[in-house]
Amino acid sequence: MNKSVFLGTLAATALVAGLAQAQTTLETVKNRGELVCGSNTGQAGFGAPDANGVWQGFDVGFCRALAAAVLSDPNAVTFVPLTSQTRFSALASGEIDVLSRNTTWTFTRDVDLNFTFVGTNYYDGQGFMVNRELGVSSALELDGATVCIETGTTTELNLADYFRVNGMSYEPVPVDTAAEAQQQYLAGACDVYTTDISALASSRAAFAEPGDHVILPEVVSKEPLGPVVRHGDDNWADIVQWTLFALIAAEELGITSANLEELKAGSNNPEINRILGNDGGFGEMLGLDNEWAARAIAAVGNYGELFSTTIGDQTPIGLARGLNAQWTQGGLLYAPPFR
Amino acid sequence: MSDTHANTVAYVRNEMLPPSDAPRSQTGAVKWMLENLFSGWANTAMTLISLLVIWWALSSVGPWLLNSVWTAGSLAECRAILDGATGACFSVITNRWHQLLFGFYPPHLYWRPVLTLVLLFVALAPVLFPALPRKLLVLSALYPFVGYHLLWGGSVWFPISVALGFVAGFVAYKLLLKVNNLLAIFGAILGPVLWWMFVAGQIDSALSSALPLGLEFVRSDRFGGFLISLIIGISGISLSLPIGILLALGRQSDMVFLKPVCVLVIEFIRGVPLITLLFNDSLLLNYFLPPGPAFDLILRVIIMVTLFASAYMAEVIRGGLAALPKGQYEAADALGLDYWKAQRLIIMPQALKISIPGIVNTFIGLFKDTTLVVFIGLLDPIGLSNAIRADTNWNGIYWELFIFIGALFFIFCFGMSRYSMYLERKLKTDHR
Repeated sequence: MNKSVFLGTLAATALVAGLAQAQTTLETVKNRGELVCGSNTGQAGFGAPDANGVWQGFDVGFCRALAAAVLSDPNAVTFVPLTSQTRFSALASGEIDVLSRNTTWTFTRDVDLNFTFVGTNYYDGQGFMVNRELGVSSALELDGATVCIETGTTTELNLADYFRVNGMSYEPVPVDTAAEAQQQYLAGACDVYTTDISALASSRAAFAEPGDHVILPEVVSKEPLGPVVRHGDDNWADIVQWTLFALIAAEELGITSANLEELKAGSNNPEINRILGNDGGFGEMLGLDNEWAARAIAAVGNYGELFSTTIGDQTPIGLARGLNAQWTQGGLLYAPPFR
Repeated sequence: MSDTHANTVAYVRNEMLPPSDAPRSQTGAVKWMLENLFSGWANTAMTLISLLVIWWALSSVGPWLLNSVWTAGSLAECRAILDGATGACFSVITNRWHQLLFGFYPPHLYWRPVLTLVLLFVALAPVLFPALPRKLLVLSALYPFVGYHLLWGGSVWFPISVALGFVAGFVAYKLLLKVNNLLAIFGAILGPVLWWMFVAGQIDSALSSALPLGLEFVRSDRFGGFLISLIIGISGISLSLPIGILLALGRQSDMVFLKPVCVLVIEFIRGVPLITLLFNDSLLLNYFLPPGPAFDLILRVIIMVTLFASAYMAEVIRGGLAALPKGQYEAADALGLDYWKAQRLIIMPQALKISIPGIVNTFIGLFKDTTLVVFIGLLDPIGLSNAIRADTNWNGIYWELFIFIGALFFIFCFGMSRYSMYLERKLKTDHR
């Protein structure tokens, strides 16, 4: 009895789910009136709820820009907190429309898991933090060290690779979360704490004596983090991708949330006109209206503004632009032309 | 004292000596300490070591607790106020207690979860204390629908039309009872199912459009913190006992089809870790269920947690059933009671009484297991502690959050344990 009801429910809901999937993601989002964005369960600066329960952060900001572009309302977003284990199946099953959650772009994730990484919004890399008292100035001096390492992440594999390549040995101290790692590291249970440099910087900013700890210069892995969508809906992938490019290009071209209204009235730079919808009808090609990019920029500012308000120099996280500067300033950010 | 020798023998004392105090070592605190703490060198050593441990614990935690800061706006401010001294920064609790308790529930609606909790005690009272009039059990039966409406809101007609399904089942049972006993049981099961599938939705929409009554709707993703632990824990606890009883009876029965099904369910669910079931819930079911809030994660988690606890409960109760002498069953048969009457009047009261410690054990375990939902991204208190630490103001805070969360859980688990001890004393389970 119970079993047949269960199977019947499954069959019925699979049918409903099938019908729902027949819509494109854009239609689904528009009909629903809100964007469902997979976010972090809490990472300082990148995505976390504030005291009022409003999600804030760098990755969160991208979702708000996307919601502004598609639905004209940066607050029409539901954030679904996802752990690193649940994020991919939430995306694959259609529970979320886009995943914007510190996700490293790798071959298997892109190809084998049937996802599309639309671009990179943050270039990260794995680094090491040690106590200044150790007198270590390079990761190559860490032979025999005890290392606090978060289990089940790519950082664990990168660490093993790096020490093997350089013929050094280490003793791992496995931890589960960044908070636990901080406790262990501060209690002296490990000499070295290794994870992505952005996370190391935000951890160090939280210490009572940040000056006592140094982040070593070596970066031992490439971690390009970016928004992800499902395979099979290229139009939606284009929308997400070009929203990201619009934010990046806006910084390159000098469009900010401050001068946006002025530039929208018309500018003598044709590319600015095309981005802001005065020329070319680019929004309509995406299935949106022509003001889409202007709304995205108005919502969170351009890439540089979003970076500096959430994780930049003036924030407690205090990350330098580094690799995440525009290509014209020695960084890797390079938006294809709006043409 | 006689007067016989009063004047004859001069050296006989003729008044009582005042009683002197017992030796110092045989009274009061000293005696107690000598008997309990210092009776022999081994006990003395243990006492001294214990005192050392207590002193060490107090001297390391005491200043930290006594010196705590409650009013700062961030960890950095706390450190500035403490100025190098050791001290806890409980400001994070004064700042975020509402999130740890209610998650992202809209603050102007906090009265609804609070009222739900108060009503919970009202609804529990007739179940827990038999001295109260039995008629109050109606309140307990209505509580799930009232509680649902208070927490989630929306149209008031939805819970009412769902509740009417049970009425439909009852009516079908009563009508078919005149025809056949077995048919009546089928009617009692099929009636509500048919009602929910075909009638409830239309009644709901018809009444909602005719008379739109109801509270502001709150979506499941606004739920979090201790509220979510309580919702999952209390639903799981109150549903797992009846389901567990049915499973235990099914396992004991000799019906060809029913018994293997019950054994399979119990053994399968007991054989799989809860965390696996939860992952299955949040990951696998998504592929079958329609996307969106229709079948939301909290509901799925409640179902899984309930199933999990039911399987354990079934085995606890089977232990109680096995402890009953065969004579009890035979006596029930000899009185001519049918199966359900025998269970209700003779078997279950005794079996449940024996199983009380095991049942409460399962309840407490289930309640604490609700924190495992953190692994599937629900923001229960532990999940929120991560989210709070991700705020740059509170990044780096650790023990204060866990102490607060631990205290909350302790209050509820200790309450359950005290109630079970009261119940055991009242029912005198040990046959002394």
